[in-house]
Amino acid sequence: MSAVSLKGVTKQFSAGVVALDGIDLDVEPGEFVSLIGPSGYGKSTLLRIIGDLTKPTAGTAQVNGKPADRARRDHEYGIVFQDAVLYDWRTVAKNISLPLELLRWSRGRRNARVKDMLELVELTGFEGHHPWQLSGGMQQRVSIARALSFSPTLLLMDEPFGALDEMTRERLNSELLRIWQETSSTVVFVTHSIPEAVFLSTRVVVMSARPGRVAGVVDVDLPQPRTSTTREEPRFFELVTQVREQLAAAGAPLGETQEPALVEEPL
Amino acid sequence: MNTIVQPMPRSVGRQIGRTALDWFPALAVFAIGIGAWQGLVTAFHVQEFLLPRPTSIAHAFWMQKSALWSEGIYTFKEALGGYALGSGLGIAVALVFAAWRPLAGAFMPYAVAANAIPIIAFAPIMNNWFGLLNPFSKMAIAAVLCFFPVMINTLRGLTSVHPSSIELMQSYAAGRLSLFRRVRIPNSLPYMFTGLKVATVLSMIGAIVGEYFGGPIHALGVKILNDSSYGNFTDAWAGIVMASLLGIVFYAVVALAERLTTSWHPSARAFQTE
Repeated sequence: MSAVSLKGVTKQFSAGVVALDGIDLDVEPGEFVSLIGPSGYGKSTLLRIIGDLTKPTAGTAQVNGKPADRARRDHEYGIVFQDAVLYDWRTVAKNISLPLELLRWSRGRRNARVKDMLELVELTGFEGHHPWQLSGGMQQRVSIARALSFSPTLLLMDEPFGALDEMTRERLNSELLRIWQETSSTVVFVTHSIPEAVFLSTRVVVMSARPGRVAGVVDVDLPQPRTSTTREEPRFFELVTQVREQLAAAGAPLGETQEPALVEEPL
Repeated sequence: MNTIVQPMPRSVGRQIGRTALDWFPALAVFAIGIGAWQGLVTAFHVQEFLLPRPTSIAHAFWMQKSALWSEGIYTFKEALGGYALGSGLGIAVALVFAAWRPLAGAFMPYAVAANAIPIIAFAPIMNNWFGLLNPFSKMAIAAVLCFFPVMINTLRGLTSVHPSSIELMQSYAAGRLSLFRRVRIPNSLPYMFTGLKVATVLSMIGAIVGEYFGGPIHALGVKILNDSSYGNFTDAWAGIVMASLLGIVFYAVVALAERLTTSWHPSARAFQTE
């Protein structure tokens, strides 16, 4: 059973813009799949369809063999946005335990899990801090801890490190790989950074824009565990070049792959 | 990269010193203002009934302090009743509007219209409805004044939630009630307190304006009106000082409540970090 299964997923916005056109994609359990593409909205929209935060105009999305809406209600996935989306009125510990509260875990169980999660993202000692007392990178680690707190099998990430500086981003990339392996979860990761996609993924899905289609898939055969030296290997550069060429073939202006995300009005 | 802004431990002595320093400009302005008033009134021999000297007002205040206190408290109770009523209703209506947006569209124009009521015209009507001596007639006037700023600010706080926050709660399949309890209501608190602070002073004004159109003899507004009509302007000024003091204390209490409940908000952070 696939972790994520998309069949003919099409999304047309009311303005007539076709964001996605007939996307077929299967993600197997334990995979780390990156979606990379020239425009901001197609990839993010696809991620939101997997998470049942927006409905496709046509086609079906399944998570762990269930329809996406059922999977969302069963808490099959955790999500991380570009902004950490932490609540200022909650401490770090309380932010991490938010989904556990909603799942009606007992206080003792919540506290024990928060402690484990803080250890996982290496923020032990910061449980009593408020989000605004943390740096951007630390905030995003809290956000990851929250997404994984209830042990979902699938982690959806929407350009989670896009707003961070390069050094913090590379460090968090390595941390994310460690967390991915320790929790043996499946990750679907949206990014507009080619090196980031190659470094993290087992598979990179290259998307074209307007309409959004799967333009190509690059299997990343770099050995695990990947370290900072991985970025210096010839094979790494070959794969980066491969992704870049596929992006260029898909019509992406090189060097400029980011566009403001088009998000639907909240319900 | 692990840089972090920690709340700095600070000695109590330094804290007090700093607080005193923070207050110094305001106190200096107060002293200079009162001094100038006193000096100018004395130098130009301004008649007492036009503008009494601050020392005369202070003397009048001191001589009548127990009467002023009981009159002030009577009026303050009216203001407080109206404040509770108007603010409570304002918060409730904001919650209903935020939960059912079409309702807000249908009723918002009338809320705006209610806010446009000239309170001076409204006061005699309330006195007629509930009776001159019934404190509820003054509470109703204060309530009408308090309702709108509390409602409009609370509503803004409830609705100005970042779309990602809502998506996050959706991803956890959280219900509407949960979204309100965990996101919308905490998000609205700083906005709500802005309205609640404005309403403190408005409620005092409402109660006193109501008393101008008739009320029991032991009410502050009636006292100020009577003193003015008998030409005892210094005593009227003492009444005004009492009204202002009560308004300031009321405001300060609500501001303190705000500080305690929304210590996480950016506006309060200055007090926690250097």
